[in-house]
Amino acid sequence: MVRYSTPLILAALGGMYSERGGVINIALEGIMLAGAFTASVVTIFSHNPWVGLAAAMCAGLLVALIHAVASIACRADQVVVGASINMLFLGVPALVSGALFQSTGSTPQLPREQTLPEMHLPLIDKIPVLSQLFSGHTAITYIAFALVPLSYFVLFRTRFGLRLRAVGESPEAADTAGISVYRMRCAGVLLSGALAGIGGAYLSIAQNSLFTRNMTGGRGFIALAALIFGKWHPVGAFMACLLFGFAEAVSDQLQGVVPIPVQLIQIFPYVLTLIVLAGFIGRAIPPRAIGTPYVKESR
Amino acid sequence: MGEAPKNAVEMHGITKRFGEVLANDHIDLVVRDHSIHAIIGENGAGKSTVMNILYGFYTADEGEILIDGEPRALKSPRDAIALGLGMVHQHFMLVEPLTVTENIVLGAEPIAGLAIDYKRARARVRELSEQYGLKIDPNATVGDLSVGQQQRVEILKTLYRGARILILDEPTAVLTPGEVEEMFAILRGLRAQGKTIIIITHKLAEVLALSDNITVMRDGRVAGNLPTKEATVGGLARMMVGREVLLRVDKKEAHPSGAVLTVRDLSLRGREGAAILDKMSFEVRGGEILGIAGVEGNGQTELVEILAGLRKASGGQVLLEGAPIDALDPYQRRLRGVAHIPEDRHRRGMLLPFDLAANSILGVHRNAPMSGPVLLHGHVITTRADRLVRAYDVRPPVVALPARALSGGNQQKLIVAREFDIKPRLVLVAQPTRGVDIGATEFIHRKLVELRDEGAAILLVSAELDEVRSLSDRIIVIYEGRIAGEVDPRIASEEEIGIMMTGGRPAETGPAPVPALLPDDAPLSADSR
Amino acid sequence: MKNVAKNLMFPLIAVVAAFLVGGVIVLIVGDSPLLVYELFLTSAFTGADGIGYTLFYATPFIFTGLAVAVAFKCGLLNIGAEGQLIVAAFAAAWVGLVLPGWPALLVVTLSILAAMLAGGIWAGVPGLLKARFGAHEVITTIMMNFIAAGLIGWLTHDHFRKQGDPILESLPIAEMKDGAPVGPHIPRMSAILEPLGIHFPARLPLNMAFFFALAACVIVYVFLWKTKWGYELRAVGVSPGAAQYGGISIARNIVLAMFISGMLAGMVGVNEVLGYRYRYYHDFSPGYGFSGIAVALLGRNHPAGVLLAAILFGALTRSSLFIQIFTDHVSKDWVVILQATIILFVACEAVFRGGALRLFRGSRPSVAGE
Repeated sequence: MVRYSTPLILAALGGMYSERGGVINIALEGIMLAGAFTASVVTIFSHNPWVGLAAAMCAGLLVALIHAVASIACRADQVVVGASINMLFLGVPALVSGALFQSTGSTPQLPREQTLPEMHLPLIDKIPVLSQLFSGHTAITYIAFALVPLSYFVLFRTRFGLRLRAVGESPEAADTAGISVYRMRCAGVLLSGALAGIGGAYLSIAQNSLFTRNMTGGRGFIALAALIFGKWHPVGAFMACLLFGFAEAVSDQLQGVVPIPVQLIQIFPYVLTLIVLAGFIGRAIPPRAIGTPYVKESR
Repeated sequence: MGEAPKNAVEMHGITKRFGEVLANDHIDLVVRDHSIHAIIGENGAGKSTVMNILYGFYTADEGEILIDGEPRALKSPRDAIALGLGMVHQHFMLVEPLTVTENIVLGAEPIAGLAIDYKRARARVRELSEQYGLKIDPNATVGDLSVGQQQRVEILKTLYRGARILILDEPTAVLTPGEVEEMFAILRGLRAQGKTIIIITHKLAEVLALSDNITVMRDGRVAGNLPTKEATVGGLARMMVGREVLLRVDKKEAHPSGAVLTVRDLSLRGREGAAILDKMSFEVRGGEILGIAGVEGNGQTELVEILAGLRKASGGQVLLEGAPIDALDPYQRRLRGVAHIPEDRHRRGMLLPFDLAANSILGVHRNAPMSGPVLLHGHVITTRADRLVRAYDVRPPVVALPARALSGGNQQKLIVAREFDIKPRLVLVAQPTRGVDIGATEFIHRKLVELRDEGAAILLVSAELDEVRSLSDRIIVIYEGRIAGEVDPRIASEEEIGIMMTGGRPAETGPAPVPALLPDDAPLSADSR
Repeated sequence: MKNVAKNLMFPLIAVVAAFLVGGVIVLIVGDSPLLVYELFLTSAFTGADGIGYTLFYATPFIFTGLAVAVAFKCGLLNIGAEGQLIVAAFAAAWVGLVLPGWPALLVVTLSILAAMLAGGIWAGVPGLLKARFGAHEVITTIMMNFIAAGLIGWLTHDHFRKQGDPILESLPIAEMKDGAPVGPHIPRMSAILEPLGIHFPARLPLNMAFFFALAACVIVYVFLWKTKWGYELRAVGVSPGAAQYGGISIARNIVLAMFISGMLAGMVGVNEVLGYRYRYYHDFSPGYGFSGIAVALLGRNHPAGVLLAAILFGALTRSSLFIQIFTDHVSKDWVVILQATIILFVACEAVFRGGALRLFRGSRPSVAGE
């Protein structure tokens, strides 16, 4: 379950920073793919997964930069920009992979030593159940989990968080207070890129050892669903990611055992999100200024 | 001391263009230290623009600004704040889901290590609130506060940043007369504590009561700078408009017939059960104009929306010529002869990107001959639109233009043309001349009276008391969703009506009622915000 | 006339710019951009094969482009065309499978109706959620996409597949015998043109659905701009407050717009199932739904523009195979990248528009506070 949740948590938290600032980010899927691909390729050439991880984060930042420039500076429709980024990264990895490795489907497999190592927590390792849950994960997982309380702190206790929230709810008020709306929103989007990039890297150099075409398989959207389900709150999103990760893990185990078809279990998170959006499990109200480009003179 | 009085702000030769519009044309004005300075002018005179330049929102194309005698470049609100300026806008700049404290410190948060030091922030807020008499709870959520309280938060925001020069844009627009008095006291207190205050307003009575000096603006230029003690209402009005203002609408005696609109016990509950409308009952007869006077926010907006079919009441009944219409939607009401000139023409009254012809059928588009069972009849629509545009003097009279290309006054005339074309029995008019130039205002007023003389019943809601008093045959005053009283505009004084608008009762002494229409020193006309 | 020129110019600039970027990518991977451009033009626009395939691929783009455009006119973003066309295609095949032996014309008609209905409902549900609960249609339609894929995938896999068939596809509703399909289907262009004396190869999948698409363009145009319901729908998209004031029901129009949008997207299923494969084939769509967004944007949400943009995208799809085969390093994905770049540039055209206007007028038009 933890394995499934990790990329979701990273992407969802990333999405939170972007959306709390007022920028819809449906490009999480594409950014994750970019991160996964970059991690794989860079690790192949550098033989060092940590370099690959760093590169993945940079890749995420770059892609997010495209999103930021288009949505914030050019005031393009944020959803359209996000959709186009997703499309872009269905194609770019294959093209580059074809040019580098003559294989458009996937990158060459990494030898075990070059994937991110599992880390064992010394004390917890001895305790039977806890060791299963908490130990033996790769660094990315620990980062992901640590980011949850960190994000809570950042969002609700720091200046950056307060300003980000203000920008997402009422950009005019923030502008009058001397805060640069553009800069805050950019920061939110870039953060989402960095985090989603790391989330993608998890797939290609931690959980698995290669990159395959479209390997995220919709995780970026599930993360978005988790974010909404969690009402744009770091802890809420985290719980939702665990829930969805749990569902995915369960579906794997249940295959062949229980008569519910696997595809139907797989669509569980999506159905759940629909129900949430319809308001049956409490209202999910997004930041007020989300999706609207901020135009300074329109007062 | 023996020095010459200092000037807090000096602006020389300020010029600003927006595209082809010259919003500010070589503005010169001087604001003395420790004074309350009023900047007055009609809508579109440029007063908000020049203050936004002072605050750094806009950069002037030409001219210079001196703060405390030193020339300064103000490129952004940050620069302005650093120099001790603070601005409270007409439309509050508050983040509703956040608390009072969070809103006040936003952008200048005190920190302890990595986190915001909320304890210190709250303490400072309490300190300021006590020092300046601005009572507020630091932990309240801004979205839950009343308008008057939100305004106090806005002022605290500026004081928290050490503002010495406060700019207030239409500060009393949304306050009841009682709250206005409180605001005056607060402002006088601030002045006594050494602050300089600039207020932008169009309310001449308040200007005369409160300010020390006045700058009058008209059409982007300064029409005059003078100390308040030398000013009279008539004189100010003349400077603002440039000609004698004739408020009085020429109209004959009304000859009302039977009731067209009957409202019985109309009630509306808002969030948490607050009563927005509380058992209102009144009627409007054919051939008369009933004016509803009241400070904005007392239920008038909702009342008109209910009557137009845009909102459902919680209780009560609305009858049109004896028949209940509560279940009818706006389209059906229009078919019965209920016309509606909305208070927010951009949000309600027009489809801005569509052309004038398409706008001219809004609300009647399903009727013959505008459309058949399926198709719209383009030719019929265009011909009719041409006729309307000409009859109501809409400029430019090109029906293929998009509505957003028209000025406010012309847009309003188009709406009036469209609504009056249904030959209405009842007309609901809300803030008809807000943002409308003088020429269009006179035109619209004249048309309303014409319609009245043809036998229609007209319900007029306006925040401009003078418009209500000059147009109406009868006036009812609305306060907190109830009728506070009914008056005859020929008899009642503005003071009386003002008292009723705040829920009080006019003194029951028996002096002869003074006819209160427009002596020279009466406040001004239907210029709107 | 000036309006048309102005409206054509920006999309054209975006397309040219995207092609230039694509050319740079080709250079980077080591091939010649000129070769790629040449392959694009010759494979897509010359010969019966070229035109046949280009128009065949253009057909679904027309439908999804119209679908997104109609929704957009009501202020809605329909990202769910992908899911809508899946359920529609499946519904079309399902009708054919459960009514074996019925008269072909009847089956085909019912099939088309089923496709439209299925697509309409699949879009109508997010429409309803938005109208009643205010749920953002972007998220709900994305969710519906995944639900469709899962649901239909399961149905096909467990219930409608030939035993032992490794490909995820349904049983056929018609079979090719001696070069002509037998069973309920809609005729291919070869069959349509034969009586006119024009020989068109029967192996080309271009079929009658293309004419349906053209008809749809006309119908959508008339509906939106010439009928009172179209007027109401567009009014809601422009200003819900004003629409309400005019007695127009916002909720009803949102659901209607989404339903029509879904119906249009569903017609893609007709092209695919009744005109080409004669069965439901999971994963048949190379992103027609998402590309519909690009087509609608490029065509500025007008049927005429959508038609042109769809043909461009059809041409790109057609040429992608040739580009992959005849170059050393450029793969089919180049086309996908190009499409994404076009979307990005068109979406950012606000900047282009502002910049170009500045060149033309010399001053920045903007509104002073009123």
